[in-house]
Amino acid sequence: MREFVVDGEASADTDVPAALAGSVTLNGSLAWANGGRTRTSRRNWLDTFDWRLYRAGLTLEQAAARGRIELLLTGRDGNLLASEVLAAGRGPHWPSLVSQLPAGPLRELVEPVAGVRALGPVVRASSKVAQLRAMNDDAKTVARLDIDRMSVTFPEPAAVPARLTLTPVRGYAGVTDRIGWAITEVPGINAARGSALETALTAVGLRAGDLAGKTTAVQLSPSMPAAAALATLLTAQLDAIEANVPGTIRDIDTEFLHDLRIAVRRTRSVMKLCGRALPAGLASEFRPEFRWLGDLTTPTRDLDVYLLGYGRMTAGLVAAAPADLSPFHDYLMRSRAAQHRRLAAGLRSARFARLTTRWRAALKEIGSARKRPTVARLAAARISTAQRRALQAGQLISAASPAENLHELRKRCKELRYLVEMFGSLHDPAQRWQAVRELKALQDCLGAFQDAEVQRGEIRGFASQLLSDRRVPAETLLAMGEIAAGLAVAQREARREFDGRFADFASPASQARLTALTRTDGRTRAAGGA
Amino acid sequence: MKIFATYNIKGGVGKTATAVNLGYLAARDGYRVLLWDLDPQGAASYLFRIKPRVKGGGKGLIKGTKSIDSAIKGTDFDRLELLPADFTYRNLDLLLDAAKRPARRLAALLAPLKDEYDVVFLDCPPSISLLSESVLHAADLLLVPLIPTTLSVRTLDQLTEFMAGFNGHRPDVLAFFSMVDRRKRLHTQIAADLPAQRPDFAATAIPALSVIEQMAVQRAPVTAFSPRSQAARQYGQLWQEARERAGLTG
Repeated sequence: MREFVVDGEASADTDVPAALAGSVTLNGSLAWANGGRTRTSRRNWLDTFDWRLYRAGLTLEQAAARGRIELLLTGRDGNLLASEVLAAGRGPHWPSLVSQLPAGPLRELVEPVAGVRALGPVVRASSKVAQLRAMNDDAKTVARLDIDRMSVTFPEPAAVPARLTLTPVRGYAGVTDRIGWAITEVPGINAARGSALETALTAVGLRAGDLAGKTTAVQLSPSMPAAAALATLLTAQLDAIEANVPGTIRDIDTEFLHDLRIAVRRTRSVMKLCGRALPAGLASEFRPEFRWLGDLTTPTRDLDVYLLGYGRMTAGLVAAAPADLSPFHDYLMRSRAAQHRRLAAGLRSARFARLTTRWRAALKEIGSARKRPTVARLAAARISTAQRRALQAGQLISAASPAENLHELRKRCKELRYLVEMFGSLHDPAQRWQAVRELKALQDCLGAFQDAEVQRGEIRGFASQLLSDRRVPAETLLAMGEIAAGLAVAQREARREFDGRFADFASPASQARLTALTRTDGRTRAAGGA
Repeated sequence: MKIFATYNIKGGVGKTATAVNLGYLAARDGYRVLLWDLDPQGAASYLFRIKPRVKGGGKGLIKGTKSIDSAIKGTDFDRLELLPADFTYRNLDLLLDAAKRPARRLAALLAPLKDEYDVVFLDCPPSISLLSESVLHAADLLLVPLIPTTLSVRTLDQLTEFMAGFNGHRPDVLAFFSMVDRRKRLHTQIAADLPAQRPDFAATAIPALSVIEQMAVQRAPVTAFSPRSQAARQYGQLWQEARERAGLTG
């Protein structure tokens, strides 16, 4: 299969059949004929908000024609991997979780890639496809050429250059290759660069894979004044917050809230750790508001974590049956719905709108008047401090230390990680990856410990609340007890694992890799002094 | 994958017309169909405008040194593909004789295609030979076109008797009357009586019609270029009987 586009503004008016009949004849041995009626279809390309399918080399399209709705999953080379006909009127309403798709090979391929993220439309278009047949001197069809005149209908109407797809009939690849070469010789027709999805996105000024707030997308130069660099980084985080608000309010999937929280935490960390490099008073003015925003999101996220891990928790039951926990599950769902209503109201509130508007304006006002320190110096100093604090917090932990101490260390590690990620563009990606390897492993261990700690506390609270309802069966409380015991076991395992993880992190080699990021020679040599 | 074979010891009885039209109808019903033109005369290949030639010759195919996959050609119709005839097929008996377990050779060659096709049609040359035996071993349903004469019915009995001696796999048989000339009393009488008396006969008969002969001019199945003709309707009914007999579902 080869694809071409008819370039130029007159693309829509180009008479492709006439152009081919006049120029692509392979010395008179080839003729072109109409391949049948023009087919019209509505096309809807689907992906997760963070382009997981695209990044995995997959394209998922819902095509509707003549009352038939079909999902088509193609790979990087455009070959069909799986398809699924959806019952008329019974297809999922997008956005939708992959679990809502009919069971089958398509779902099996998409599910591990999309994970907990919902699939939603990234671009919609209407296609009118006419077909031509290329025939040899026996009047045998040797190849088919689809002429797709597509127009984008969502997110906004746009015209797309006509796209030609040449497909060989089996056994005629050789002659089809020659036809393909001849087509590229036709003035105005060129080999297509990118898929139909990419062409449609380009028509509306979008690019597959673009994601608001992606830290790696923010490119800093080492000599940039620190305040201006921080404004750039914080604006990217604000973009991420705002980009995730609609999905959080509509409750499309749990990752919108998760990503929103990460952007809030990164913002808060930058203000806490680098606030002195910002204009005076800015951090102290906004930190309480971002704290409010963070707190607003916490109850829903905690319940999300519970519900996302619910299947795993029930699978681990030994004495109780999963059905015993149904009242608990219902309770979690009800609580989550109530907390989400509160969260959505907060995100729709004037307070939130004021915060984002004022914050964006304040960031815009940060100029480049102060040349010192450079961002390279600031990053080196702050990463170094955060590294030292994490190390010290960890060294204070003994076998007798309470859970709070591990939680403190976890917070220090998060701060260090955020700094490394936020200033990531100043470092070599491979060097950065090496530097955080042991840190990541330590964070995973601390995360498992802390999640279990929080959930153990919460399950006790849930049990009390369920008891006060006086409608909870004894089986449910017993099963919840078993869950609490399971959490305690998981927490003990994480605690046992901790010593090794921290020793790895604190090892001279690991620390040296982190310290390498704080040197201002190498990639950051161009930076000026503070 | 269901394998149908159009077979008769005699030539000119409508084997190719049956394979071509039923193959087209199966593809139209949504099945992925392969038609293997085993007749060196290459009539089925001609009807689909495909050159009766297998690159490297048919010898490699039978010996297994050349993959069937690379020899298959797409027809002008969706889901219908053809393994073209080759002039070397005139020596198929000799090639099969040189192969291991010659009677099972075709079945072995077709086995790897079971995921790619739902239906295979084998269009056989008129003969009773090692090739026929290999076809009979491979087929699930043998479609036997017969001109309604007493002698041709006798040929069918001989065939059934021949297959009775097979060990293991034996194809089901669906005979039907072909080229029925309504002007001939004997034709109409035999075509009316026998199907009611014998379970191996299809109720549908294919009449002798000039539109069927037009296939050689149009170079396409009559079911495709004249889908509302009487001939197309009769082939449609025959296909329904054949697919039911073969237990083809979906």
